[in-house]
Amino acid sequence: MSDTTATSHVGNQPRPYRRRVPILWWVRRRSYLLFVAREVSSVFVAWFVVFLLLLVRAVLSGEDAYRRFLDWTANPFVLALNVVALLFVLLHAVTWFNLAPQAMVVKVRGRRLPPVLIAAAHFGAWAVVSAVVAWIVLG
Amino acid sequence: MARSITMQVARYRPDREAEPTMQSYDVPLRKDWAILDGLNHIKDELDGTLSYRWSCRMGICGSCGMTVNGEPKLTCATFLTDYAPGPVRVEPLRNFPVVRDLVVDIGDFMAKLSVVQPWIIRKDEETPDGEYLQTPAELEDYKQFSMCINCMLCYSACPIYGLNEHFLGPAAIALAQRYNLDSRDQGSADRMDALSASTGVWDCTYVGECSTACPKNVDPAGAIQRYKLTAATETLKSFLMPRGGR
Amino acid sequence: MPKQRIAPILWLLFSAGGIVAALMIPVLLALFGVLFPLELVAPPDHAHLLAVIRHPLTRLVLFGTCVLALFHWAHRFKYTLYDGLQLKGLHTAINTFAYGGALLGSAVAAYLLLLLPA
Repeated sequence: MSDTTATSHVGNQPRPYRRRVPILWWVRRRSYLLFVAREVSSVFVAWFVVFLLLLVRAVLSGEDAYRRFLDWTANPFVLALNVVALLFVLLHAVTWFNLAPQAMVVKVRGRRLPPVLIAAAHFGAWAVVSAVVAWIVLG
Repeated sequence: MARSITMQVARYRPDREAEPTMQSYDVPLRKDWAILDGLNHIKDELDGTLSYRWSCRMGICGSCGMTVNGEPKLTCATFLTDYAPGPVRVEPLRNFPVVRDLVVDIGDFMAKLSVVQPWIIRKDEETPDGEYLQTPAELEDYKQFSMCINCMLCYSACPIYGLNEHFLGPAAIALAQRYNLDSRDQGSADRMDALSASTGVWDCTYVGECSTACPKNVDPAGAIQRYKLTAATETLKSFLMPRGGR
Repeated sequence: MPKQRIAPILWLLFSAGGIVAALMIPVLLALFGVLFPLELVAPPDHAHLLAVIRHPLTRLVLFGTCVLALFHWAHRFKYTLYDGLQLKGLHTAINTFAYGGALLGSAVAAYLLLLLPA
């Protein structure tokens, strides 16, 4: 539909000026950069799945394999990768829970719940799940 | 306080130049002057060849949207003093073809508005004698989305629209939701084809800048996410009950 | 304009994965990726962890986390390449890599978490 607009209004005059979007359009604006960082967090989500499956395989293979896995995680490169991954995953969690109330409308007795309450519920659930998981892992 | 401020204004005269250039003007820095007053001063006193759109000067008509220091703004509601000591850069809205100076071609947006059928659709055979009644709570459901003034700041802020001009875009989708959520309307099924097409809501990756840019707090980003959930639920239903419903 | 049949389903998987990833991954990655290697917290012994992983509920939860997190990745990664690097022209290759990767990872997760411990 927009292809026809290029030549409208201007008759015989030269075409309207169209600005090309630069390849790295997201580096020049803080909010766009944060958006791309949020999207890139997904790569570290995928890395975590690989990491988790390696852990599961090691534990199922026996005590020696588990010990080797723990030694491997202390390797500076693996450790650095996991620190970066943790930062990105935290960015994902915080942005996800902050945006949730914008996309979700919860009504109680015909009245819309305030967005702050919905965000708070999400952060609360995050705290509870984290505590339960840590308690199960640490025994 | 300084008595004047420099405005760097984008000029594009298609008969004379291949791409826009910047031209500087010194305008009085008065605390009650918006960017638009500065432009009017340039037009009236300094350079009558400058072209730009404006009308109401009170944030209702949605004509005077431009890019001010890189941000999409209504120039009637953005004050010069906030940019002192300057200079302040005024460019046309991003993501639209520039016709001349600060004037952009809004044809694409106009076409998209009608695609979402932004009016109340009724399936009844006859029109009723009186009005369709509505409770305050039902009004509240869509009121936020009815505040849109079609200023296109959201399109200017949206990188996805900038990358793909076929994307239906923030305001059109928010406007569709304005009618979808109206208790008097029965046309949400008619709007679904445009909204859930490949150029509809699924192109949006929730950058969220449309809602930041909106001068009327319409929150198009929220409208799009809510519609995704609605469309996804409808699709699931149609998989589970292929014969029932739509 | 073609009506999308698959996009809503992939978006639902992406969203479910987003929630699961936000809830589950930070704590697990903080423990196994950072706190245990830095010896800030003592790691659990093997017998305890094996018992936890063998529990059917743990296996189900971890399997669900892996599958949904992978589909979350596939969706976002696809759009990061489409929009962030303007590679929409390569959509066939990108989709194959993203969703093929998610399916492959899900199969590995099914083998390790559903078949092997049983």
